[in-house]
Amino acid sequence: MALLKRLAEGDRPALDFTLDGVPASGLLGDTLLTAVLTCSEHLRGSDFSAEPRAGFCLMGACQDCWVRLGDGRRVRACSTQLEAGQQVSREPGRSV
Amino acid sequence: MNAVVIIGAGPAGIRAAQTLVAHGVRPVLLDEAARGGGQIYRRQPMNFKRSPVKLYGFEAPKANALHQTIDALRKQLDYRPDTLVWNAEANALDTLHEGRAIRVAFSRVIVATGATDRILPVPGWTLPGVYSLGAAQIALKFQGCAIGERVVFAGSGPLLYLVAYQYAKAGANVVAVLDSSPFSAQARALPGLLSQPATLAKGLYYRTWLTAHGIPVHQGASLSGIDGQQRVQSLNWRNAKGQHRIDCDAVAFAHGLRSETQLADLLGCEFTWNPLNRAWLPQRDSAGRSSVAEVYLAGDGAGIMGADAAEMAGERAALALLEDSGYLLSPQRATQLEQSLKEIGRFRQGLERAFAFPESWATDAADDLMICRCEEVRAGDIRQVVREGHWEINRVKAHCRVGMGRCQGRMCGAAAAEIIACESQRSVADIGRLRAQAPIKPLPFGLEVEP
Repeated sequence: MALLKRLAEGDRPALDFTLDGVPASGLLGDTLLTAVLTCSEHLRGSDFSAEPRAGFCLMGACQDCWVRLGDGRRVRACSTQLEAGQQVSREPGRSV
Repeated sequence: MNAVVIIGAGPAGIRAAQTLVAHGVRPVLLDEAARGGGQIYRRQPMNFKRSPVKLYGFEAPKANALHQTIDALRKQLDYRPDTLVWNAEANALDTLHEGRAIRVAFSRVIVATGATDRILPVPGWTLPGVYSLGAAQIALKFQGCAIGERVVFAGSGPLLYLVAYQYAKAGANVVAVLDSSPFSAQARALPGLLSQPATLAKGLYYRTWLTAHGIPVHQGASLSGIDGQQRVQSLNWRNAKGQHRIDCDAVAFAHGLRSETQLADLLGCEFTWNPLNRAWLPQRDSAGRSSVAEVYLAGDGAGIMGADAAEMAGERAALALLEDSGYLLSPQRATQLEQSLKEIGRFRQGLERAFAFPESWATDAADDLMICRCEEVRAGDIRQVVREGHWEINRVKAHCRVGMGRCQGRMCGAAAAEIIACESQRSVADIGRLRAQAPIKPLPFGLEVEP
């Protein structure tokens, strides 16, 4: 199930990517946050409880939307544009 | 000579840049976003097609004017989008652009770093589907998305009604608006609000529109908690009549805005307690001069006054910078700007009265309420440290790590201060100020450093 709901700007080219190894698709102009949360319900697990998180501020301040890319980089999903072929993986987090 | 630098390409930064360029200066304009405009006038990605009226409503002419200004100025500026300023020292800023660290020396700097939502946590606020009001607006404006299928907006401040209206207008299902301020407070605030009748009228229009479209708007309504397994499923709120429950899958909430002051702090600016903002703010004179000779402050990053004031303050600060650099300017424009800023200041006092801070929030917060979402520090953990005898906020942070996580207290700092003040029976002005630390946002490993 998706968390975010698209209301406008649906007429854009699709971009394929993988989410935790599973094929997924977003639209050109999506942030990683939008691409992931329009086809699933979370972005990462908390570092202290492994509870799911899906970002909070969407403006680069809360640091609660970090995901990992295939090249090893960790990026803020709210401020990184989706690119075709990206391998996005979500960190499960840990419980203390 | 080192460059004149502006940090932030929102309303304040863009007007500052325009003013400097008009006097023959070529400033460096650093902005974390890919496209200038700031948050309230944030631009959608290039390939999106909605009209400015769709995106910005009544504010479309202002947003357009600002965007056209930055577009027209591009060649006359050293404009660096996608650039994070993560450290500031005397005469130099450290930036990050596409994985490269670049030091930018400055002769003078205008700090226009903007604001984020002010958050007073409620149980369940870390669940997927819960966002700040600003976030809900960005999802719609910048990505064409709603934060859920059935959305509730809660808290207080002008954004509450604006975002609810924008969502309903865009076709989202807005289930309810829960305004924590009582109607009586808003009635008392009316005289102050009348100083900006056009702004007041817009606020009333949004509210009336929501009611006319059958969207329940409750005043004196506090969000008491959000429930759900893995994501939002319902919320509870209360008013004078008792507790109520609403089924929903998304919640956006905030209590006004808070200034982003970390860079002003690292630049050595002195701070004073500002009762209206209920926050420590960098000192500035009516022109925007800080306590540090080379540092100027403008826009919401120096105290919340809104986008109109930010445009004026950006221009005023740039004029002050030019005056201090030896330019001979007619004082007329500066006086006019300061006069207008003063009037907006009066309106702002009215707004603060209308959207009163919920003074009882800290008293009502249960011990297991999560305050810090980065490191999951709860109200009870903070209270325990206070009971051990600590009350200075940096000391409390050292003991329980509240404010020490990746967001550096942006999300939890205001709430932590309220809890510490309440538990130590001090005024929130008397528990000290959370100090900024570089890097002010996380940096990647493998950072390339320019020689």
